Amino acid sequence: MPFEPKIVGFLCNWCSYTGADLAGVSRIKWPPNVRPIRVMCSGRIDPTFIVKAFREGADGVLVSGCHPGDCHYYQGNYKALRRYHLLRRVLEQFGIHPDRLMLTWVSAAEGERWAKVTNEITERVRKLGPLHLKD
Amino acid sequence: MPKPKVALYWAASCGGCEITVVDIEAHILDVANAFDIVFWPCLMDFKVKDVEAIEDGGIFVTLFNGAIRNSEQEHLAKLLRRKSKVLVAFGSCAHEGCIPGLANVTNRDEIFKTVYHETVSTDNTKGVLPQPKTEVPEGVLEIPEFWNKVCALDQVVDVDYYVPGCPPQSNQVWAVLDHLIQGKPLPPKGSILGAGQKSCCDECPRVRKEKKLKRFYRTHEIIPNPDECLLDQGLLCMGPATRDGCGAKCVKVGIPCRGCYGPPPGSHDMGMKMISALSSVIDSEDPAEIDRIIATIADPVGTFYRFNLAHSILYRVQDDVKEKRP
Repeated sequence: MPFEPKIVGFLCNWCSYTGADLAGVSRIKWPPNVRPIRVMCSGRIDPTFIVKAFREGADGVLVSGCHPGDCHYYQGNYKALRRYHLLRRVLEQFGIHPDRLMLTWVSAAEGERWAKVTNEITERVRKLGPLHLKD
Repeated sequence: MPKPKVALYWAASCGGCEITVVDIEAHILDVANAFDIVFWPCLMDFKVKDVEAIEDGGIFVTLFNGAIRNSEQEHLAKLLRRKSKVLVAFGSCAHEGCIPGLANVTNRDEIFKTVYHETVSTDNTKGVLPQPKTEVPEGVLEIPEFWNKVCALDQVVDVDYYVPGCPPQSNQVWAVLDHLIQGKPLPPKGSILGAGQKSCCDECPRVRKEKKLKRFYRTHEIIPNPDECLLDQGLLCMGPATRDGCGAKCVKVGIPCRGCYGPPPGSHDMGMKMISALSSVIDSEDPAEIDRIIATIADPVGTFYRFNLAHSILYRVQDDVKEKRP
């Protein structure tokens, strides 16, 4: 069977989850490889969630929030941005390809964009291949 | 009535945890009065066969310090587990791998290559490597087999309690031993003894302000203000991601917390908690500037996981990225 990447998507409630919902009701196709998990804000996503997803079998993780300046909680997405940059560096030191983690901004009106970013991470992780974590 | 038996053992450790037990000073006599010490290779002459002769569950409590990284340590951990009613992972190595656990950034082959071939002081022209079994005219010699990774005690056997710290502070050690001597009821299994329920910052006397950092410093780069929070001043203090209980000894003398008391309640992964904490204090919303600020952290994994690597979620370096980058 060809490799189908398993990707965990953490989506903020106010923008990205609604954007993904809009993609659905607009009947825009997007890859089922991304499994969405709704959280209240991208700033709520503890890096622990992300490595736990990798440890439990995810090949990639997508974090998606409101566009900079648009955060429902004022600056949660900036916090997510800083975490993402630091976590990428740590993942690289851990010998995990940092491109397996992607941060993006999708607003509630951007169903098309949601389809685009999910396609992008799916193809990116497909190229990287399955993540086999060693014991 | 015979005195309850107690054992102390060390695996991959430095001996500091043994010293901290002796550091309870005159109270060591109370321990000797209350317990029959049946195994303590660091201080007294016992043999493994003495332990094997004890009936299963015959030892009341074993304080086990040190990580597990070879077959002999595994054997002793399993033996002492079988013989003990209560097994305590004593000190950071047994609790979460500690400094030996940092070997998980590499592997057995690389360690052997460095130790037996590459260091300047190595004189090994025949390229000899240790073998678990060696045949000599007199018979077969055996040495323990070295593992590819370092494990905390609870990754090898079932553990009842943990006493964190590198080493655990002697006042906390005495509090734990005194609890046992007085025969008070034991806390729920899995409890962390001899430590607090908050973070190291809770015990820290330094003044905290709202943190805004444009760069980080290493300890030799600045002389910190003696009264202000070290993290406020850009020193990588692990306090926010570390359990309290040590009395904030390091920060009181101007040294940033290293994180030896392990993660605070509700967390298992200090490094990820530290990423979270630092992301709140970096003062930038521009990706390029954030990268520049992060670049002033010399060694994120070595700093955030100095004590917790073997017990963290990823617990060892992976080979998803083939080429090694610093």
